[in-house]
Amino acid sequence: MTTPLIEFKDVSKRFGKKAVLEHINLQIFEREVTTIIGLSGSGKTVLLKHIIGMIKPDEGTILFRGKPLAEIRRRDLPMSYMFQGNALFDSMNVYDNIALPLRETTNLRSPEIKHRVMTRIEQTELTDAINKYPSEISGGMQKRVALARALVMDPQIVLFDEPTTGQDPIRKNAILGMIAQYQREVGFTAILVSHEIPDVYFISNRILALYGGSIIFQGTPEEFEDFDHPFKREVIHSLEGLQKELTGLHSRRQFKLRYRDQLSGGAIGETYAVAVFSLEELDTVAARLGHEAAQEAITSLGVYIDKHFGPIGGFSTRHSQNEYVTVLPAMDQAEAEAILGGFINDFQTQEQAILDIWSAAQGRSGSEECVALTMLAGLAQGKPSQELETVIDLAKHQQKVIARIRCISRGEDR
Amino acid sequence: MTAPESNKEAEAPRIPGRLLAEPFAITGRKVISWINNLGASTIFLSLAFVRIFRPKQISKVIEQLYTIGAGSMLIIMLVGLFTGMVLGLQSYHALVKFGSQGALGTLVALSLIRELGPVLTAIMITARAGSAITAEIGSQRISEQIDALSTMHIDPLRYLISPRIAAAIISFPLLTALFDVVGIIGGYISGVLLLGVNAGTYMYRVQSSVDMKDITDGFIKAMVFAVIVTTVCCYQGYYANLRTDSHGARAIGRATTTAVVLSCVLVLVADYIVTAILI
Repeated sequence: MTTPLIEFKDVSKRFGKKAVLEHINLQIFEREVTTIIGLSGSGKTVLLKHIIGMIKPDEGTILFRGKPLAEIRRRDLPMSYMFQGNALFDSMNVYDNIALPLRETTNLRSPEIKHRVMTRIEQTELTDAINKYPSEISGGMQKRVALARALVMDPQIVLFDEPTTGQDPIRKNAILGMIAQYQREVGFTAILVSHEIPDVYFISNRILALYGGSIIFQGTPEEFEDFDHPFKREVIHSLEGLQKELTGLHSRRQFKLRYRDQLSGGAIGETYAVAVFSLEELDTVAARLGHEAAQEAITSLGVYIDKHFGPIGGFSTRHSQNEYVTVLPAMDQAEAEAILGGFINDFQTQEQAILDIWSAAQGRSGSEECVALTMLAGLAQGKPSQELETVIDLAKHQQKVIARIRCISRGEDR
Repeated sequence: MTAPESNKEAEAPRIPGRLLAEPFAITGRKVISWINNLGASTIFLSLAFVRIFRPKQISKVIEQLYTIGAGSMLIIMLVGLFTGMVLGLQSYHALVKFGSQGALGTLVALSLIRELGPVLTAIMITARAGSAITAEIGSQRISEQIDALSTMHIDPLRYLISPRIAAAIISFPLLTALFDVVGIIGGYISGVLLLGVNAGTYMYRVQSSVDMKDITDGFIKAMVFAVIVTTVCCYQGYYANLRTDSHGARAIGRATTTAVVLSCVLVLVADYIVTAILI
């Protein structure tokens, strides 16, 4: 069995008379994205600070690669921490804030430090703010400075304490996308505290739910969808409702509920169709136009799919970071193919559709660069007796290219 | 007799005893807290002092030398000048009664070099730089910047405290020397230029009465005060978040007040002790 990277064994912590953590048992595995969710004030930050050694437990043991954390010197822990309140040095400009850990903990020469810092600054789209002080930039930019500082040392483990607080919906997802991309590229272990439900599911390998001072759930996002607990009713459902208002799409849980409702009510019909849409080479867009541009493209595509299929009874959800699934009830393969053909035709011929998706991204980035991007679509027919996930997998296997954007630079060929 | 009445009777004699004991308990708690703080600040100073000699400290010490030392020069010169002038004025009128106004140079120089120079310099730096140190470090503590340093594996004591202690140990004696020189010039202005004491006599008395021990004793005092002032100011700011009487911005304000008052009191207490040892 794999040794967990971090393991809590019966960890308890009290502040005065208030018990914040009670007999916490959890496991975090290497090279995974683990997200801790919970109500405000439930002790998520306290839990995170235990991991980095800023707070010591009153009872219990924390193991790091099987060794008690208390026996390891903090400097030997390859961890970085992004604070909820950013904790930027207000007397230093953006560049110096990001360069600080390199200057103080390495013997790198100035040109190498500059190269590394500038790489992070470009990745986090902070080039215009390089000489500004934290008080002179917006809360969102401060967040990105903190993110750049957390990543500049190329740490093996990064702890993110609510990295998307105070961001608009596009930037929230852009930051989550950025974390996911770096995690894939660098392979670090990410531990997040986040309220961004369900967006955070798309980048998480594991979910830990903290409720009443205890871990009430730990497992995959898929397992969490089937988890039944008062916590979900209190928090998750209200947040998902908010999400629907923002994007027009169902959360995965709501999508499944609607599918089940239609299934039990017979509205799904004898056959139904499932379409899977995905965007490829999003990482290239993120790298060259920025994460917000990539996020804008995903969001706009979702809105366009909902606009197209919603009026004819279809319901959609974001299935993974770059993937949407639409269910078309009471429809056979031929009808569905005709509707999808119409969608593809519209998509390819209606300039507005493409503009909706790509121009927003281009506008956000402010860049004139050309980026290639591919959109795929696949269709499969399902029957009520089949599992929805099986039909989705079938549709994925049927995916083919429906649009290839050779250049999304302003005024150029699309 | 009912049970509650029995309890009342049992409690009654204990109240005067508790009232009598309370002042002692409060005093005891205060003394224990004071000893705890003394021990903690001694450890704080020791740890920070050792870290002065770690790598990458020179640029930070220079930066602090500029803030604490160069930045305080003007105010030190101003205070030194008027202290010397007042000293010259008061001393002249006292000495003239005995026909000893020729000893003005001796009185001004020794008063300044042995006592007034180190003490007033320390108090002025406390007011100007010490309060800023507490407020700055306190603000960094409250906004989690110090925690951020720890998470980046940057030792906050090495990064924030050690350079300030080193800079204070270097700049306090230099500023004291500046204070002494400007103070003697102030005494010259009031004694010689305004009250008519012979210029040659004044300068000769200054030169002949001051020996090397006076100067080194003054410098030793200045260094002791440097350690006291920076330790108290840094400690108060560094642990501003642990104050039980206030939180947030108010805690920084109270920490700054405590730092300034405590530094001034400790400078005067230390002055007596060091003088008693050196004399």
